[in-house]
Amino acid sequence: MTSVSLKALACAALAAASIGAVQAQDSKVADELAKYREALADGNPADLLEAKGEGLWAEKRGPKNASLEQCDLGLGPGKLEGAYASLPKYFKDTGKVMDVESRLVHCMMTLQGLTYEQATKNWFSKPGTDSDIEALVTFIGAKSNGMKIDVPAKHPEEAKMAKMGEYIFYRRSGPQDFSCAICHGQEGKRIRLQDLGNLTTKEGAGTAMKTWPSYRVSQGAVWTMQRRLIDCMRQARFPEPKYLADSIVALETYLQKNATGTVMETPGIKR
Amino acid sequence: MTMKLKIALFSLLTVTASGVALAGKPVEPPGGKYAEEAEQMFRDSFREDAPREWKQRLVQDETMLTCGIYRDNPPRKIGQQLEKANMATIKYPASGKLMGNWKEGEKLAAVGTGGHIGFIQPDPPGRLKGGNCYACHQLAKKEVAYGTIGPTLQHFGKIRGNSPEMIKYAYDKIYNSNAFSACTNMPRFGLHGWLTPEQIADIVGFLMDPESPVNKD
Repeated sequence: MTSVSLKALACAALAAASIGAVQAQDSKVADELAKYREALADGNPADLLEAKGEGLWAEKRGPKNASLEQCDLGLGPGKLEGAYASLPKYFKDTGKVMDVESRLVHCMMTLQGLTYEQATKNWFSKPGTDSDIEALVTFIGAKSNGMKIDVPAKHPEEAKMAKMGEYIFYRRSGPQDFSCAICHGQEGKRIRLQDLGNLTTKEGAGTAMKTWPSYRVSQGAVWTMQRRLIDCMRQARFPEPKYLADSIVALETYLQKNATGTVMETPGIKR
Repeated sequence: MTMKLKIALFSLLTVTASGVALAGKPVEPPGGKYAEEAEQMFRDSFREDAPREWKQRLVQDETMLTCGIYRDNPPRKIGQQLEKANMATIKYPASGKLMGNWKEGEKLAAVGTGGHIGFIQPDPPGRLKGGNCYACHQLAKKEVAYGTIGPTLQHFGKIRGNSPEMIKYAYDKIYNSNAFSACTNMPRFGLHGWLTPEQIADIVGFLMDPESPVNKD
């Protein structure tokens, strides 16, 4: 199914959900939203991006005319199965805790000879400009589909990163006094009609983390976890963190640690 | 506040929080022993060329700092100190009228835009900042798309009446929510200048006016 017709279907489903909901009880509204999500899941545009990512992974590119096939995402060079589900983790060769995106950029620089600027120029797509990183991360993510998230953060550097992520999760500031915990620190709440997960629990963090990367219908694009969290900061009315900033990797480590044991279902599809 | 002073205050509060933990309450400040390092890491995460007023949004006042350390659940005594300090910040409209036009208030209650900054998806300059009340509260019966982070406010005025005391309470609560419950999830709309005193009075009208759909339907 093309993304255009999928979008049309999604809009129709949403419209139907809206009309049906006007006089309905909350549970009815929730049912309609569930139907809407089901309709979306029928054909995920992210599948196309996954295929594109597979091609990019094997393609010889950059000044060194090399593929990414020898990229070590933490389980050994070229080992992709389960790699996404076990990131972020500490890497000896860089001395840093890295998430899938920072590690991928590292591989593009070291294996293919790209500069940091070249590798990250289009870290997210815009209308008319594709993002190789989005495609590659969708491909890498799908290689963990059906596997358990496994970020116990046992290495001291990983444990530290998870704690630092926890600090940022509770840190309040900005003109709305927000922190992540305001919306994502309690059970059974919603904002407008959107259910909010309690990201401090395994179940809540699992629901949030297991479906990324995810196709976002409202954005018409696949979003990576970096993109997702940087946008959380925007919604909290904070300034925008830099791509691959340590604080984003720290938040990811905290969330993946909480979500550990949850089974990956990616690429996802969301509102 | 200077950075040095902030760190001093931070350390003091951290020690206080640890003290509470020793007294039997399981409170570890988020980040544990890495909190100070995490603060620096967070501040280093933003582009150097970001306008100064953007970075200003990262600065924490004493309430934000303390709430973070206690995971938004401060000991009562510290909560009371914060409430007192926040109560002292409340300012009123020049007209002295705390209950304004409910129709304007109704519009503001539904607006969730405004105030987004950054290089990717900022709001256009001058975009209306609303109260976004429906994000968290049930209000008028006809609006079913309401959130549940805050309590329902349906029939707010009908249940409580609209005595001057109740009107003042509603105004004060919207202006500075932390004057009543320290570390609540609710933003301090007046303190931050997110809403003007007149806009807050209009929202009070939406909550209290017998003709408002919050009370009439």
